[in-house]
Amino acid sequence: MATALDPQRANGHARVAYVNARLIDPASGLDAKGAVLTEGERIADIGPGLFKDGVPAGIEVVDAKGLCLAPGLVDIRVQLREPGEEHKETIASAGAAAIAGGVTSMVCLPNTDPVIDDVAGIEFIARRAREVKRAKVYAYAAATRELAGKDITEIGLLSEAGAVGFTDGVRAIANARVMRRALSYSTAFGALIVQHPEDPALADGGVMNEGEIATRLGLSGIPACAEALLVGRDLRLVELTGGRYHVAHVSTAETVALIRAAKARGLPVTCDTAPPYFALNELAVGDYRTFAKLSPPLRAEQDRRAVVEGLADGTIDAIASDHAPQDQDSKRLPFAHAEFGGIGLETLLALSLELYHNGHLSLPQVIERLSAAPARILGLKAGTLEKGAPADLLLFDPGRPWVIEEAAIRSKSKNTPFERRPVQGMALRTVIDGRTVFRA
Amino acid sequence: MRFPHRHLLGIEGLSPDEITFLLDLADSYVQQNREADKKSTILRGRTIINLFFESSTRTRTSFELAGKRLGGDVINMSVSTSSIKKGETLIDTAMTLNAMHPDALVVRHPDSGAVALLAQKVNCAVINGGDGSHEHPTQALLDALTIRRRRGRLQGLLVAICGDILHSRVARSNIQLLQTMGARVRLIAPPTLLPACAERLGAEVFHDMRKGLAGCDIVMMLRLQTERMQGSFVPSIREYFHFFGLDYEKLSVAKPDALIMHPGPMNRGVEIDSEVADDIDRSVIREQVEMGVAVRMAVLDALTRNPDLRNAPANGK
Repeated sequence: MATALDPQRANGHARVAYVNARLIDPASGLDAKGAVLTEGERIADIGPGLFKDGVPAGIEVVDAKGLCLAPGLVDIRVQLREPGEEHKETIASAGAAAIAGGVTSMVCLPNTDPVIDDVAGIEFIARRAREVKRAKVYAYAAATRELAGKDITEIGLLSEAGAVGFTDGVRAIANARVMRRALSYSTAFGALIVQHPEDPALADGGVMNEGEIATRLGLSGIPACAEALLVGRDLRLVELTGGRYHVAHVSTAETVALIRAAKARGLPVTCDTAPPYFALNELAVGDYRTFAKLSPPLRAEQDRRAVVEGLADGTIDAIASDHAPQDQDSKRLPFAHAEFGGIGLETLLALSLELYHNGHLSLPQVIERLSAAPARILGLKAGTLEKGAPADLLLFDPGRPWVIEEAAIRSKSKNTPFERRPVQGMALRTVIDGRTVFRA
Repeated sequence: MRFPHRHLLGIEGLSPDEITFLLDLADSYVQQNREADKKSTILRGRTIINLFFESSTRTRTSFELAGKRLGGDVINMSVSTSSIKKGETLIDTAMTLNAMHPDALVVRHPDSGAVALLAQKVNCAVINGGDGSHEHPTQALLDALTIRRRRGRLQGLLVAICGDILHSRVARSNIQLLQTMGARVRLIAPPTLLPACAERLGAEVFHDMRKGLAGCDIVMMLRLQTERMQGSFVPSIREYFHFFGLDYEKLSVAKPDALIMHPGPMNRGVEIDSEVADDIDRSVIREQVEMGVAVRMAVLDALTRNPDLRNAPANGK
């Protein structure tokens, strides 16, 4: 109740100055030494000249010591496992992992139990996220009821309730007629359809990328063209309907080429990929490592290189973690029977920074793919440091080395395909709505 | 003027003068239908067969009354799917009936184009009572008569047609007629209930009722069939009514005296709110039914009395 007399508040709002920072705001093209002032939940000011003559009394000061200050990361592909599989992950445990990884907004898939295919499901996620108070949580709603691939969901009412896009999660919208209807119907509401790009009939029974490794291991393969087949079909439906279309976790060279051509023709198409598809290839499966069993599967080296090129030239808009927690019981199994998926919230920043350290992307480009681009695709108020934006900030050291180790993972499930990988780049402080929620 | 066509297969191909002729003639029958003695002898001795391959209560009754009030003999034939299964083709049915020397056949059929096919094989006038998703010309004429009697004209009016345009023969006939008569047409529907290239029909296309209804003189609602409700074309009744059902809130952007029309039968709470449907100042839905009988009398009159064409060979339009 003493807010009016509190020297660190203006109009009752806490004020914090982040000084001596390398400001990286891809949304405005800013990359310069400077400072940011937050007031309450918003960014009040930003610029190279800010606080040149010192910070006035009454404002809390955070010294960035020359390190990078960027928008908090926006992760547009996360499986929270709540409701329904809380033994694998919860909104609270995923939230803790997210803020430790510099992620301030995450977007969850609807493949929970029950499926998020009605307004009540969207409201449940929003309420739980408010209670948990960690990273901000947005939700995709199912594109078809019960993810059954038959009947489209209430795209209009769900959009009004806050669904940021429509997807059948880790299942493809396989039926061309249903996909056409979803894309067509969604145009009335400007809604986005997100595809898991894999032809299910062709992929059926496959457990890893089809090729020499699968043959030597005696595992049944998923051909790389299963991805391009579905994306190629969908792009024709996009052309027919004018619907907004997003391809999740692009993993093959052919898909990158298809999307590059579609963008050149002006189609309303975007896509993302995840760190495994630019940082690993099918060799990671090695001696039947089930933590490297992912969907889509880890691909050949030439595919991995094409994904890197796609990220560099902007064909691939965004990087998402594709966080897919699986417990021991789901992974300690013969390879064919283990579940697909790997966690990624805590390693998203460091693995993406490999693209910078290896010289493929500039530092602002990496940050753009992790913040401004995903926010733009989904229309989120996030991913920017402009005045008036929510004060969701990430202070990070792009060069600090560390090793990904199971013992340090905050996520409830530990299934990372990057176990024991040395990486560079660490989140030091994560700020959400002006409040510091994480410090390394 | 004499009506120069042998059949009424659609609105397409009718000139503004021909439409005006039918509407004027229908106008004269409105009064007859309000008298205590509604019967005249214009069609005495003429035989009219209502041949319905698709169930219908209103249209069939309306044609039956129209024929009887003009003194004609009216026979109703409902051809159920079972008798089609017996093997008789559409052409066989037409030839059989033709041998009975009817003067007019009123035909409804679930397939687009079936009525025109049948018309090629008979010697009498054929009136399209609705073919598939193609045309329903007497519905468009009765809608036009209703509007003209309320507004005094069709020219220059802004008419919104809302709902399941994709499957609607009523919409196709109305688009033709209204544009022929100088009205402007808007189509408002979810994208999944619009046919491909809908804008090529000359109408403006909207997916948002609040935008599409702005400034409209006439709001025509279409029936949504429930089998199209479960996630295939639209996700649910709840969502359809929320975004595309006509209620006072959405209607408020139309002209204050905008008329509300519906070809019936209505799904209350699906495409139209009951309050709006029953608004005696705005809704002319029951008037449309009354005008239907008058329009069908006019069409039967114009086609069966036409001496020049009565014995003309088949194939003529």
